[in-house]
Amino acid sequence: MTAETNFLLAVEGLSVSFDGFKAVDDLSFYVDQNEIRVIIGPNGAGKTTVLDLICGRTRASAGSVTFRGHELTRLPEHEIVRAGVGRKFQTPSIYEDLSVFENLEISFPRGRSVFGALAFRRDYLVRERVQDVAGMVFLDGMLGERAENLSHGQKQWLEIGMLLVQNPLLLMLDEPVAGMSVSERKKTAELLHRIIRDRAVLVIEHDMGFVADIAHRVTVLHQGKVISEGSLAHVKADPKVVEVYLGH
Amino acid sequence: MTTSTYLARKDVLLILLFAALIMALLPLALDPFRLNLVGKYLTYGFVAIGLVICWGDAGILSLGQGIFFGLGGYCMAMFLKLEASSVGATKIQSTPGIPDFMDWNQITALPWFWRPFHSLTFALVAVPMVPALLAFVIGVAMFKRRVGGTYFAIITQAIAAILTILIIGQQGYTGGVNGITDLRTMKGWDIRSDHAKLVLYFANAILLVASLLIAQFVRRSKLGRILVAMREREDRVRFSGYDVAAFKIFAFCFAAALAGIGGAMFTLQVGFMSPSFVGIVPSIEMVIFCAVGGRTSLLGAVYGALAVNWAKTTFSEDLPQLWLFAMGTLFIAVVVVFPNGLAGLYRDHIAPRLGRFLRPQLRLAPTGDGRKQGATR
Ligand SMILES: Nc1ncnc2c1ncn2[C@@H]1O[C@H](COP(=O)(O)OP(=O)(O)OP(=O)(O)O)[C@@H](O)[C@H]1O
Ligand SMILES: [Mg+2]
Repeated sequence: MTAETNFLLAVEGLSVSFDGFKAVDDLSFYVDQNEIRVIIGPNGAGKTTVLDLICGRTRASAGSVTFRGHELTRLPEHEIVRAGVGRKFQTPSIYEDLSVFENLEISFPRGRSVFGALAFRRDYLVRERVQDVAGMVFLDGMLGERAENLSHGQKQWLEIGMLLVQNPLLLMLDEPVAGMSVSERKKTAELLHRIIRDRAVLVIEHDMGFVADIAHRVTVLHQGKVISEGSLAHVKADPKVVEVYLGH
Repeated sequence: MTTSTYLARKDVLLILLFAALIMALLPLALDPFRLNLVGKYLTYGFVAIGLVICWGDAGILSLGQGIFFGLGGYCMAMFLKLEASSVGATKIQSTPGIPDFMDWNQITALPWFWRPFHSLTFALVAVPMVPALLAFVIGVAMFKRRVGGTYFAIITQAIAAILTILIIGQQGYTGGVNGITDLRTMKGWDIRSDHAKLVLYFANAILLVASLLIAQFVRRSKLGRILVAMREREDRVRFSGYDVAAFKIFAFCFAAALAGIGGAMFTLQVGFMSPSFVGIVPSIEMVIFCAVGGRTSLLGAVYGALAVNWAKTTFSEDLPQLWLFAMGTLFIAVVVVFPNGLAGLYRDHIAPRLGRFLRPQLRLAPTGDGRKQGATR
């Protein structure tokens, strides 16, 4: 079975088990260019693990992940990132000891080798990009602040900002609005609407209002398998989905 | 882009103050014997600078810096020993022209790995390169496999122990437990005279200040920030497109090369090199003086090296057994009470007061925290 080249991302027959427990089981799905795909499913369904498999954090025991026609499953993590896959973690993952500016700057896609980093200059391009992104993620007044002083929501935004500086073709977000206040949630939804243009996005989310707001298509995961896929209306009406997920 | 982003004014000022201390004040204040002792302590400053980058910034605790200090020291000692073992000077040996300890061990020809050390240029290149190469091999083996933290520290300890055993066991090739002694001249220049010791002291001081500036440059570059980022969130750095292992290998090799330079300067100023500077205990001492000074401050760690080694000489003469306990206690006290060492003490308590005292004058000059400037411009 080979991937169609017009898919941005093709996941086929992907499996992984932890100590005999199949967390992801013969999973296949396809993401188009510029598509916003939301993955939903009960806790422990294997959603985070799927993202881990795509970005190389966890190695698949079987199956393939093809991104723009290139096989990802055997590449080291940093090569997968350089191929254009960006990943936000479920808990905010930022550098507390560095300033907001420095946090964003590190993601700038230049000077990624050891000596490249040594020779890296904070030039006009870098400053402008960081300024722009900081504006987008509501942190423009805080560039000099140490990241540890940010609120939880601001940290989430900062990490999203770090991904934007990286400018990936596929953006993977793991529960981007979790732990946010109502007003922060609204702002984040707004933010996501803006940043998901011109790229494909894979989002894990529990908040159904939010899902309805952004999803082009929804994939429902249960026990490491896809149990339903399609528009939100379609999966909502699927009795299997109602039984394992929405019914609760 | 001004250089102030990379070398903030305040940091450079403090480095200059340190340079004035070791290059003007101490040479004027101390007699040649004591100045030579300070010179010896300062060679550990190189190790301290490396540890700040490797341990303080990148979070890689190496308990084996003695390996690299020793390798650098031995590279220098091998050159000096060969010069002291000319055929003329060793006529009475059964094999003239080889180091005396080889002759005592019935070795009749210079081993292959000694031969290049006839060349001073080779020796000078080997001083940082041999340690860096070994660090590279260890780094590739460990970091590419994601071995880190405590396991890495234990492995460096094991390598330090193995190297000591090897040096002691291979007496004929290494001089054994006594080390390489009776070093005399460098290209005909007698390194034992008072004048030579003074010259070496200054050469050492200049190299140390240069190393401080280079390390400062590294820390101020994006590479420096990536090291800190890696210590905090390794995965985030990896998923921002960096090969984390490569950066760890760099930090480890950088520290190793510096330690090697320190070792060579030690050999030159003290006049010998032996396995007692290589093994587990000296390696742990290195981490302790770095921690006492402050592992996230270059100057702090160098002052720590000076202070702890000075204390060691002073106290261990009278109470050699107690010294180890005193050292352990000091380490625990520092870690528990002042995790940032002397430098943290200075930063949190002394600098603010000094700042208040000096504020009126400083207002006039543009005070430069380069990071903030760069960030808000
Ligand atoms: N590294 C690991 N080792 C062992 N088991 C793991 C590992 N990672 C995940 N698991 C298990 O795999 C299953 C799927 O986990 P995963 O984190 O992917 O779920 P999830 O759908 O993201 O859940 P949530 O909605 O709670 O975030 C869980 O049962 C989890 O305990
Ligand atoms: Mg999850």
